[in-house]
Amino acid sequence: MSTDDLVTPGRGLGLGDVFRSRYLLKLLVSKELKVRYRGSILGLLWSYVKPGVQFVVFYIALGVFLGLEQSPTNQGGLPNYAIYLFSGIVLINFFTEALGNASRSIVGNGGLIKKIYLPRQLFPVASVWVSGVHFVPQIAILLVACGFSGWRPTLLQLAAAVSGFVIVALLATGLGLLFGAVNVYFRDAENIVDMLLMIATWASPVLYSWLMVRDKLGETFFNIYQLNPLTVGVETFHFAFWLPTTDGAEPIPPHLLSVWIPVALAISALVLLLGQLVFRRLEGRFAQEL
Amino acid sequence: MANAIEVRNVNKQFVLRHTRSMKEAFVWLVKGRKGDLSEKFHALKGVSLSVGQGETVALLGLNGSGKSTLLKHISGVMRPDSGSVGTRGRVAGLIEVGAGFHPDLSGRDNVYLNGAILGMSEEEIDEKFDSIVEFSEIGQFIDTEVKFYSSGMYLRLAFSVAVHTNPEVFLVDEILAVGDEPFQKKCIDKIKELAGEGKTLVVVSHDLDLVSRICERGVLLEHGQIVMDGPVDDVVARLRR
Repeated sequence: MSTDDLVTPGRGLGLGDVFRSRYLLKLLVSKELKVRYRGSILGLLWSYVKPGVQFVVFYIALGVFLGLEQSPTNQGGLPNYAIYLFSGIVLINFFTEALGNASRSIVGNGGLIKKIYLPRQLFPVASVWVSGVHFVPQIAILLVACGFSGWRPTLLQLAAAVSGFVIVALLATGLGLLFGAVNVYFRDAENIVDMLLMIATWASPVLYSWLMVRDKLGETFFNIYQLNPLTVGVETFHFAFWLPTTDGAEPIPPHLLSVWIPVALAISALVLLLGQLVFRRLEGRFAQEL
Repeated sequence: MANAIEVRNVNKQFVLRHTRSMKEAFVWLVKGRKGDLSEKFHALKGVSLSVGQGETVALLGLNGSGKSTLLKHISGVMRPDSGSVGTRGRVAGLIEVGAGFHPDLSGRDNVYLNGAILGMSEEEIDEKFDSIVEFSEIGQFIDTEVKFYSSGMYLRLAFSVAVHTNPEVFLVDEILAVGDEPFQKKCIDKIKELAGEGKTLVVVSHDLDLVSRICERGVLLEHGQIVMDGPVDDVVARLRR
């Protein structure tokens, strides 16, 4: 016979619970991966076709037509624009997919949440994790492309890319918890997220160079621009994957490593904390609101 | 004997006609929060209930009397507006058949997923997997996707996973009415066996005959309040009157 103490059911430890139920997290992730493209002919390939098409469209429109790509007739452009573009796009795609799915994860799993108690943070975290899995092959394609362009990264550059990924993953988890919880009460949250995601692609130097921002807006506004953790994340990817394929003459944003990476990590961690707080406040009434 | 479940003075209000748009909420705020944004419905009013370890309790009452809501508070899915709920040991609920089953996954995957949702570890599920499949009588269909199962097969597998979680407290809501006669009998035997092992059982059902066979104690709810608490036969008799 059990001699445990009386416990209040339904009170979790927040993200600590996710760690404790990591086996369940693993199963939820593999379920998502199995189910996502069930019944489609291309299956998992859709995860590459969509960003691939997006890449080609941006490359032709911006690189070729708008002259962002450096060529013998266009010396002012960016060298290896294709790699510049792709290294930013993979990171933004990861963020877009992670946040979009995390925001819908609580409402989407409403049937389960209404009936059985389990740590609800698992669902947004699982969504981010699934996006992380989809991110891996895209990185592989990027690495192959880099390899063909004579990519020789330093250890420092690789470490910068890892921290860039961590920054974006923390941000997506934090915002995912926040909007996932709010979405239960106000379905408007989904649309706000869609709008944010549209802005996200353009509010970071994915398609254009950070120099354009500084030249047009000046130092002060550029610093505000740099406060966006996504911007820093994208810049670390450029630093790690694109810069080593050029002759190294292109400038990277000043103080990227010494100031902006720690700042972005701190901001992302704060967003995660905020998302966690809001989630825990709201989760008590999930079952009756769904 | 120690109590397995302690419910103290629990109140729960539900919000009806809830607005899901920010526009309406904003208009309401601007107008100085006049009127109620929504109607309230009192689902539980000052409910207190203690269930000792090893007791078998039936929650009885008409539709909308708050039985399932009370069960959801015990499982932790809902939190009370006021009052407190405490449980001792692992609680497993068959709140609804196959919640947590995914139609596109095979029976095998669902056993693991559902087992983990109900709080089992990987080793526990590995260890009990054969026994789960055997009890469910699913046999060769275990690797078929669950969407091709008949509703009976679905139920059998879900029930089988739940009884194998080895909980100290077992919550059952309205599931015994499904399934064919032999399997129903098997379920009842299994539940009785659990009760015999000293597990705590809380059952919600409208099947009064069944409930009086399984449970010893009956609790009658009316409009969110406990109006009678006693031997199950007495409570059933009152409900039949």
